[in-house]
Order: sequence, then C-alpha cells, then structure tokens
Amino acid sequence: MADRKPDISGKRLTKAEYAVNFTDLHPPLDDHEALVESDRCYFCHDAPCMTACPTSIDIPMFIRQIQTGHPKSAAKTIFDQNILGGMCARVCPTETLCEEVCVRQVAEGKPVKIGMLQRYATDRAMMDDKHPYTRAKATGKSVAVVGSGPAGLACAHRLAMHGHHVTVFEARKKTGGLNEFGIASYKAVDGFAQKEVEFVLSIGGIAIEHGKALGKKLKLAELQKNFDAVFLGLGLQGVNALGAKDDDTAGIEDAVDYIAELRQAKDLSKLPVGRRIVVIGGGMTAIDVAVQSKLLGAEDVTILYRRGAAQMKASPYEQDLAQTKGVKIKHWVAPKKVLVKNGTAVGLRCDYVMDVKGKLVATGETFDIAADMIFKAIGQTYVDVLGGALALEGGRIKADAEGRTSVAGIWAGGDCVAGGKDLTVAAVDDGRRAAESINAFLRA
Amino acid sequence: MADLRSNFIGIKSPNPFWLASAPPTDKEYNVVRAFKAGWGGVVWKTLGEEGPPIVNVNGPRYGAIHGADRRLLGLNNIELITDRPLEVNLQEIKKVKREWPDRAMIVSIMVPCTEDSWKAILPKVEETGCDGIELNFGCPHGMSERGMGAAVGQVPEYIEMVARWCKQYTRMPVIVKLTPNITDIRYPARAALKGGADAVSLINTISSIVSVDLDNFAPMPTIDGKGSHGGYCGPAVKPIALNMVAEIARDRETHGLPISAIGGVTTWRDAAEFIAMSAGTVQVCTAAMTYGFRIVEEMKTGLSRWMDEKGYKTIEDFRGRAVPNVTDWQYLNLNYVTKAKIDQDLCIKCGRCYAACEDTSHQAIMQEKDGKRHFEVMDDECVACNLCVEVCPVDNCITMVRQTKGVDPRTGKAIDPKPANWTTHPNNPMALKAAE
Repeated sequence: MADRKPDISGKRLTKAEYAVNFTDLHPPLDDHEALVESDRCYFCHDAPCMTACPTSIDIPMFIRQIQTGHPKSAAKTIFDQNILGGMCARVCPTETLCEEVCVRQVAEGKPVKIGMLQRYATDRAMMDDKHPYTRAKATGKSVAVVGSGPAGLACAHRLAMHGHHVTVFEARKKTGGLNEFGIASYKAVDGFAQKEVEFVLSIGGIAIEHGKALGKKLKLAELQKNFDAVFLGLGLQGVNALGAKDDDTAGIEDAVDYIAELRQAKDLSKLPVGRRIVVIGGGMTAIDVAVQSKLLGAEDVTILYRRGAAQMKASPYEQDLAQTKGVKIKHWVAPKKVLVKNGTAVGLRCDYVMDVKGKLVATGETFDIAADMIFKAIGQTYVDVLGGALALEGGRIKADAEGRTSVAGIWAGGDCVAGGKDLTVAAVDDGRRAAESINAFLRA
Repeated sequence: MADLRSNFIGIKSPNPFWLASAPPTDKEYNVVRAFKAGWGGVVWKTLGEEGPPIVNVNGPRYGAIHGADRRLLGLNNIELITDRPLEVNLQEIKKVKREWPDRAMIVSIMVPCTEDSWKAILPKVEETGCDGIELNFGCPHGMSERGMGAAVGQVPEYIEMVARWCKQYTRMPVIVKLTPNITDIRYPARAALKGGADAVSLINTISSIVSVDLDNFAPMPTIDGKGSHGGYCGPAVKPIALNMVAEIARDRETHGLPISAIGGVTTWRDAAEFIAMSAGTVQVCTAAMTYGFRIVEEMKTGLSRWMDEKGYKTIEDFRGRAVPNVTDWQYLNLNYVTKAKIDQDLCIKCGRCYAACEDTSHQAIMQEKDGKRHFEVMDDECVACNLCVEVCPVDNCITMVRQTKGVDPRTGKAIDPKPANWTTHPNNPMALKAAE
C-alpha cells in the first residue's frame, strides 16, 4: 500500500452530482403532508415526547396548532422553549429523543414525524419579516455572552427579550458556532444557520463582536468588570489525540476542521477529498465526516470503531444513514500505528480488540488499511482558557441546574459544562435556563 | 353465496343498493354507467313540472366537512331538482328502463301542491314504464321557498293529501321521501301511511351551513358574497338517519311500513345496519359522488360475505332484527353493571383515557403505578360511561366488562341478577305512584 501517492483531489463529481448529494437530507413537508402527519398525533396526556425533549417543547400543542391551520402559532409554541427550534428540527437525533418515545413508535414502529413537523412550523414562521417576540422595557443591565453557538444564542435571545442589553463575543469571524461550522451540510442547506442567526438577532438588543476569543483578546476579569453578568458558551475547542503512534503525521485530519471547511466551502468541487477515507470514531462527527466524504466523491469510506454498533454514540438511525450512503463501519478495531510514507500518512495498522470485563484488549491479530485521508473523530475536549478561574468537573466547567458556575455572576452552558450531552438542543436548553437565572439575578 | 335480491313493495332489483335521487341519477349517461357498475336500482333525479326548466346557480353548489387527509365526512348542496326539460328526462327514463329491465327504476317527482299538477304529471311518468315513484317532500333548500319539497314534508296533512292524489291517479307504487327537518319523524311517516303510500324513504338532506368563510364572513359555498343554507348528507348524517328509520320502524302505527333507507350509506356495513333496522333497500348518493360508482362492488361483496359468515341466505333473514332492541331509555336495565378494562398489553400509554376521564368524567383512571406511567381503571369510581373506550386510539384496548356477581365497588350495592329499569325504580315518582 505504501507504493502509491495519496490520491486527494477535488472535482471528483459533476456539478449536478454535487448539487444532488448535498441537497436536503429530508425534503420539507408540504402543507398537505403536514396536515396529514399532524393528524396522526394523539395529543397524549403528559406526553412522553415532551418529557424526552431536552427543551421540553409542548409538542402535542404545537402539532395541534399545525393541524388547525396555524403553523405560526405552532412555531411560537416551539420558540417559547427553543428559539433555535428550526435548527433543532434539522439536527436533533429525534429517533433517540421525542420520536423514540412517541406512543405511535411504541405501538406501530412509526412515530409521528415530530422533527419534520417542527421544521414545517418554524420554516413558516421564519418566512415572516416580523420577529415573534417583543422586548421588555430596557432594564439598563448588560450581559456578556461568550460564544455564539446554540447555547450563547439561546441565552442572548432570552436575555434580550427580558430587556437586558447583550454583547456576544465570538472567536470566529462568523456567528453560529457548531450550527455554522459543525453540522453536516445536508442537514442545514441553503445557509439556514445564518438565516437562523439573523432571525434570533432580529429581536434587537444583541451586539456581536467577532474575532474575540476568551483568554486571548478577551479577559474574563474585564467582562466581569464591564458587564452585570457573564454567560460562557465556549463549546469544546480541543480534539482528543489518537493514541496511536505518529498521530500528528500529515494526512491525519481533525474531522471537525474538515466539516467546518466543507460548511464554509463556496464551491464543493474545490474541496479536495481522498479516494480512500478512513474515519476513526463512533459518534455523530464520525458519521458526518464519513458520509460527507462519500458525497464528495470518495470511493471507499470506512469508519473504524473500537466497540460494537450498540455502543456507538451515533444512533442506529445515523449508522443506517451512513451505511445507506455506502460507508462501511468496522467494529471492534483500534488504530495501532499510522503507516507513513514520505512523511505522509498512507494508512493505518489496526488491532482487532475485544471487551474483557469492560476493558478493551487487543486480540493480537492486526490488519492494515490504506487511506488517502484519515479523519480523527474521537471526541472533543474542553480547553481551559481561564487558567483555573472556574471550578471544573470531569474536565469541563462545573455548573448547577441554572448554569451558575463556581464564581458568582458567571454562568455557563452548552458543551463546555460538565454533564453536557453534546447536543444542540441540550445547549439551547442550557442557554435559555441560564438566561432565566441571570434575569432573576439582575432583577433581584 | 348469499342472495342479495330485493323485492321492495313489488319492485324487484338484483341487490338492495339503489342510487338516491340526486346528481348521480340526473340523466341516461350516468344511470347507464351506474347500472353497468352493478347498482340494483336508481331513483331518477327529481322531475318538476312541464314548462321552462328550473335553473341552478352558476357558482359553487357544494360545501363539505373534511376529516384527516381530506376524507369527506359531510357534504352540503344547494343544487335544485333537474334543470333539464321534462320531456327529455321522460324519454331517457323510458329508454333506460327498456334496456335494463332487471334494475329498479324509480322516478322522483316534485310539483306544486295542487291536485292538477300531480294529476298532470303522473300519467306521463307512468308511461315510461318505470317501477314506481318517489314523492320528493324533502329538499330543504330552494324549492322549499316555492312551497315544494321540505315545505310539504313539514306539514303532515299535505303529505297525506298528496300521497292520496298519487294513489288515486296512478297504479305505480308510491314512496314518500321524508325530510328530517322536523321535530318528530313519526308524524310525517304516519301521514304518508294514512295517505296510502306504499313506503317511505328517508332521510332527505338536513338543512345546514357547513362553514363560514372567515375572510368574507359568508356561508360556504359562497355565491357572490352570499350563501344560502343547503342540504347536508354523507357519513356525518348516518346516525341521524338511523335513528329516524328506527323511530318509524318501532312506532305502533307505522311499524311494518316499508322503508328505503337513505343517509350516509358509505360501506356494506352501513347498509347492513339500515337493513337490520328494517330497511328494504338502501339509497346511496354521497359515497358515489365521492368515490364514483365502482364502490357498489365493495358494498355487494361485503354484504354478501357478511351474510355468508352469519349464515343469512337472503336479505329477509336479518332484515329488521335490530328493531325490537331499540327501546326507550326508561326500559334500559339499571342492574346491568359494567366496568371499563384497559388491556395493558395493548395500551400504548397515550393517556387520552386519563385526560378524558379526569377532566370531563368521573376521575376513574389512574395515570401512575409504582412510579411508572400506567393507566388503569379504578372500579370503585368507574360509572362505565364508555368515554375512555371511545377516545382510545387502539382497537379493543379498552373494553367494557360486565360484572355479574358480588358488589359494585362504586355503589357498594350487591349486583342484582334480575333486570330492573326506571319504571320500577324507587327514585321515580311515577313508579311510586304506580306501586300504590
């Protein structure tokens, strides 16, 4: 395998093929489809779907509002709990949340398409020029929100609604965080992430400053001094190391970086992709990078995961999606050594592993797999840029149920806090709850 | 194979499925298509007097109520009787009857309430060779404003009078079509019987406004900003029709009066129910207007299969079997005690039964057991109202189970195996008087 040069190039497909491959994964419901689907909802008492939703959206109510011809009322019901309901409708693993516990899933294996209905409602509301919320009378208080991802945006919106002035500090040049840089393209087509940012900001009272990374140009102490409260929605900036030798060799890429690059690419044909791709990991990021590589024209895409299908963080639905798109998933294998030629990775030597009393043990057998590109998708880590100013727990910021950190006046939410579920919807919930807590604090 | 043949007041048809007098039976073209599809008979769309034909609106004639996926549940129309010349209709009726001698051909008639009008038209209709006539005393819209249709059907004396004229001036069997837009259907039925009618058919459409256009604040269908009430029909009206048929079937005076049932018949099952309630034939309109004539095939095979399964060889074998079981509330057995039971294996835990019972009924369903979501009926609170059964989305998940012995945990009273009803109940002042 070491004989050939890595085959990495763009233009593997025709223009039309790129367009087809990166179109909406699930085309939206039209009016009639939405009516028929909404009619399937039983309007359950104390509905399991609502309990399963991290943002506790009143799902039966919004579906009934669609059914009675008022998708915009439905959207309001959704936004009340989750202002990023549009993105969540697209990226939530509904099959492991609301739809998993839908009584129709239990009864007949066919849940009400809650995610699709949520998208239908929010899409219609977002077509409106008028923002659905008005701000309360200005309080004269100001809040700094660090990070413009789902947690930060949700927090900023709710604070603005309560009449506070919000300044969002964002390290990147573009707003949106993971929604803008981390979501697979086919889940948020037509620049939806930016449209949603505009929608959220249209409430008014939120200023955004780009290029302001905490710990660099931005100091926590200054924020504490200049604002009445601070919310940190920093996300995860670090990437786990492979653990195999030579894992910083050229040819080994971080999946999150590649996904971000893909999301920002104006012309997908100019984005180089390998002919043979190996992805290491078992979560949504692994699936997203694998599937998108395939859609970019890669010939062979293999996900290597060290445990079985049941242990993968990616839901069975996501695993199916990958396999349907032609991605191969190999289980119970772990990278042992990066195969290098001329300073570039050309493949991996892997151990076959097994679970012995909860510990992974190499069986002694190995195999080599050739790759033009190798993606690491083995999890992200919180990088403490605050020099220990805030207490951590399990390597992430410690926060209580309201998002209060160990330091008074500072709240945190989203992936950067301990116990984070690494879900957009969970981050939104953190942001909204922290905003309510901050509001109570500021008005006390 | 069950024998579906029908002999209704001497009018024979290969099956009891007739098309009602309505748009589907307006002309030769439709009726021939219907007969080809297998309908047992038709009641030709109502003929009016000789002279300039009536006119219809040139805007929308129908409005509707839809269920899920636009399933049509109720239809409303403001179409009048035939707007084609009398002579043309008569020629076509004659031709079709000649070509389809085995099918029932009934002609619906609506002329002004004068003896001369009826005397004039009857021989012309009889000349077509049709099997009988149906007197349209039912249409609630348009013609009623001119003293015809429901305007006649709402006055029993007029019904009796016109029926008598018809029996006097023709040898054809006379069916009186009744309007449901009255308070007690037994009065017009008795009047028809007194006038000598051979049968009644019911129900005609119910006066209705199906919806209001909230942009223009006008009833639908809207004609240039205005709307007029129409006649309501379709699946939604079946329960009303079934009750009216039952009322006539069990009335002391009209019991045994042949009935051609109309009102929301959509499937073989609807037809079987009307026949069980004593109908000799059923008339269909909305179902055909919704799905086309082919539905009669399902109706015929469905009725036939059900009869085979039940061992009924002919329609007469089960016709009217439900009539003796229709009674007044006061005769219902108050010692019949049932309790709702939720099949935990079938329960999908939607909680609709709980919400319905807790909010609107008798607080007899629990929503939690051992800290888990669990819906179960509490017999000591259950009055057996059946609401949970009706709101449950799962077939047969909640059923009513009869309690035949022991004590009713709700009332604390022993179950009395002997039936007893209101007429003898101690709380009934009339019963006490009777006992004295």
